[in-house]
Amino acid sequence: MELHELSISQLGSLIKNKEVSIPKLTRYMLDRIEKLDSAYGCYITVAEEKAMEQAADVQARLDGGNLDSPLAGIPMAVKDNICTKGILTTCASRMLYNFIPPYDAHVVGKLYENGAILLGKVNMDEFAMGSSTESSYFKKTFNPLDTERVPGGSSGGAAAAVASGEAIYCLGSYTGGSIRQPAAFCGCVGIKPTYGLVSRFGLVAYASSFDQVGPLTRTVSDCAMVLGAIAGHDPMDATSTRKRIPDYTKALVQDVRGLRIGIPGEFVDDSVDEDIRNAVFKAIQVFSEQGAECKEISIPVMEYVVPTYYIIALAEASSNLARYDGVKYGYRTSEYKDLIDMCKRTRSEGFGTEVKRRILLGTYVLSSGYFDAYYKKALKARTIISREFGRAFEECDIIMGPVAPTTAYKIGEKINDPLKMYMEDIFTVPANITGLPALAIPAGIDRNNMPIGLQLIGKRFDESTIFRAGYTFEQTIGSNWTSSRMNNQVNNQVKNK
Amino acid sequence: MNREKDYEVVIGLEVHAELATSSKIFCSCSTEFGGLPNTHCCPGCIGMPGTLPVLNKNVVEFAIRAGLATNCEISGFTKMDRKNYFYPDLPRAYQISQYDIPICKDGFIEIEINGVKKKIRIARIHIEEDAGKLVHDQWSTGSLVDYNRSGVPLIEIVTYPDMNSAEEARLFLEGLKAILQYTGVSDCKMQEGSLRADVNISVKPKSQEELGVRTEMKNLNSFRAIIRAIEAESRRQIEELESGGKIYRETRRWDDEKGVSFSMRSKEEAQDYRYFPESDIPPVIIDSEWVEEIRKSLPELPETRKRRYMEEYGLPAYDAEIITSSKALSDFFEETVKNGANAKTASNWIMGELLRLLKEKGVEDDSIPFPPVHLAKLIDIIEKGIITGTIAKKVFDNMFDSGKDPVAIVDEQGLKVVADTGTLLPVVKKVIENNPGSVADYKAGKTKALGFLMGQAMRETKGKADPKLINQLFIEELEKL
Ligand SMILES: [Zn+2]
Repeated sequence: MELHELSISQLGSLIKNKEVSIPKLTRYMLDRIEKLDSAYGCYITVAEEKAMEQAADVQARLDGGNLDSPLAGIPMAVKDNICTKGILTTCASRMLYNFIPPYDAHVVGKLYENGAILLGKVNMDEFAMGSSTESSYFKKTFNPLDTERVPGGSSGGAAAAVASGEAIYCLGSYTGGSIRQPAAFCGCVGIKPTYGLVSRFGLVAYASSFDQVGPLTRTVSDCAMVLGAIAGHDPMDATSTRKRIPDYTKALVQDVRGLRIGIPGEFVDDSVDEDIRNAVFKAIQVFSEQGAECKEISIPVMEYVVPTYYIIALAEASSNLARYDGVKYGYRTSEYKDLIDMCKRTRSEGFGTEVKRRILLGTYVLSSGYFDAYYKKALKARTIISREFGRAFEECDIIMGPVAPTTAYKIGEKINDPLKMYMEDIFTVPANITGLPALAIPAGIDRNNMPIGLQLIGKRFDESTIFRAGYTFEQTIGSNWTSSRMNNQVNNQVKNK
Repeated sequence: MNREKDYEVVIGLEVHAELATSSKIFCSCSTEFGGLPNTHCCPGCIGMPGTLPVLNKNVVEFAIRAGLATNCEISGFTKMDRKNYFYPDLPRAYQISQYDIPICKDGFIEIEINGVKKKIRIARIHIEEDAGKLVHDQWSTGSLVDYNRSGVPLIEIVTYPDMNSAEEARLFLEGLKAILQYTGVSDCKMQEGSLRADVNISVKPKSQEELGVRTEMKNLNSFRAIIRAIEAESRRQIEELESGGKIYRETRRWDDEKGVSFSMRSKEEAQDYRYFPESDIPPVIIDSEWVEEIRKSLPELPETRKRRYMEEYGLPAYDAEIITSSKALSDFFEETVKNGANAKTASNWIMGELLRLLKEKGVEDDSIPFPPVHLAKLIDIIEKGIITGTIAKKVFDNMFDSGKDPVAIVDEQGLKVVADTGTLLPVVKKVIENNPGSVADYKAGKTKALGFLMGQAMRETKGKADPKLINQLFIEELEKL
């Protein structure tokens, strides 16, 4: 196997045993990006010089015995809405085309402490608003498994980079489905941690009460390792937990005996693609054979989940994105009459269509006369949805279902139909609304050879249980079956381009 | 025709006070006044993407202190909200404030007007952040913005429309200012903008039950401006109504130089602030233990102090009121007394010479240029007869200007009382010789003439003559004539 196909722990032992040096591994990855990225469009910024500097530095720290982390020397990439000191952070928007933060996001700092090597910043939907990475101001990202298809979004660049071996792992961000949905579309593993587990400091805000950072990886154990490194309290984020973070790698055991897994009927109804439904049924079979107790449950509020999510998220977004006015940083229009005119023109020219649509919708639902009918009602619905999930968790330890109702669709297929696009989020947003942790893992392929994602939702701060179940599932079906097949598929796509 | 007396003026205040915390409300930047533009700033203060506000616990504590000192109820559960509007001095384009659950509510301050006590109710006290400020320099074609003030913690104190005259508003503000200073919540330096007020005013015929339409004047930053604005605006409204006009609900800008207000924008087209909960800051739980702890730590408040001054020191109500209305002045008085001065004498000096000089020289009462112990010493040497009262005023002036010890001033300038007959008798004789008219008056029974003669003698001795001795010498000498 080639270097880019290896997992974090495999690469870790190569580095430890001096079979590969960190600078050499980093060079290898940078060359691979150079070779492939024109085909996939994963990266907005490749931080070549900085990556090589870091590689030398981490190698020295490791050789000097000053570093002991499974992530030491492993090359990774970060979604472009996560701040990196001295490196462009654009949110894939013209509005921040020139923004270089003077600080690192908390999660980036944590990864640096662990000796991670930052290859660059990966593409996304503009300000994370989208489910296909088609709304980036800079470029489209193509699904490495079929370049006519989208990689999902908004963390599409991150998923595509992991799937194509342009990064060993990535940090993505979740507001709605982003990370789990692109992970599913690209055959990767992704987790949305419990709200508050990971600091949001340095994550450019979209919807503050939903936003979370999480890893995108190729295996469940890689995912557990990265999450362990970035989780925990940060005094700079008042919503970050003070709970002690368990060692997630301890959860990586193949044992689900007695685990109660609930499958909501609403997650496998007719709206879901047949191949995906079958994959879920197959998963039920796998878990049952492993000794878990699978049962059907019901979450009747599912039909309110998407509108509730969008109303609250867009309300928060309209406020969070108000700061981009051309005064302090980022894009500023070139000609204007006065302050207000400057602000208006800057925002008209700096934001893309989808972002403007969401700002307008968010402003609308907060406006006097509509506030009670929309925003206030949505807050109430959020409480009810949380309560229903809480009740469901009285009878099970995990709620299982598909990540999305479809697999990766064709580029351009849904971009002009926002409502259809929003419905893509139906199975991923419940975890965001309720703040619950949710893991996406590969669970087979559909009739077009596109990967299907399985979602495991856990109780608050109970990431360990979903890791255990995910690991068991992955080990049972064969840990690398997806990626070796994927690798061939990826290589074919490169040849075709 | 003056119909003002047929109308009742109704006034409500929204007072913004800057809290005296050393760091800002959501970051650790300094709150110090001044500094080069944008030097008390971090990425958070200028709203950079990815930064998050973390609530400074001291700000909550200061607000609780203010609430307890103004008889408010403290909320056990409170939260922050976003107030959305675009303006370049507001870096995030929303102000983090409090909307429906303020930290404190339902309090009051008592004022005394014409000997009658009156409660001015406080509807709420909430915390929020200050904005930066736009700078329009002549040498620059554009506008500049300074974010040093951005994130400085404020409390907003909102009263009910319980005041019916500019005087009542002034008394309320004086009382509030003293409370905020005593509790250390705010230094209330108006010239630095740390206390400012929005004024809501309406008028109605006295016979009418319901309130009239109100107008609002924003950001008045001196007591004088507030009083003048209230007087002018209530007059304007009455004149408008008297001439058959209508009052519109609107915001007006007060021009203190011209002494008039201008219509700014009407409330109909007022901004929709789209308040909603600030999810970056978790709700704050205030348990009763914390509140009790703060209550116990509250210092003596102005009202209590005033009563103590009257009972313990026998000060007249007026003097006690004036001195306690300023924490700085009151602390100065206490220190003077602690240093051995007679309380009433100390109070007289403060009420008289000190206040006069502060006003004359434009010095704030928290910057008295000499220590209380100097006043105590001055009082001491007067009482011991080392200097005369006339000289004492001179020494006081000198003390105020130079900050020197009064004893040193007396020594340096040789200002001690002259009390020997050998020196004073020739002076007395000379005055009698030079003022035959006054002498004749005295002889004719006009005893007032003696005062004039003594004044002349004092002038001759530059005020240093012992008044008792010189009085005695005059009487003796005049008898001889
Ligand atoms: Zn700051």
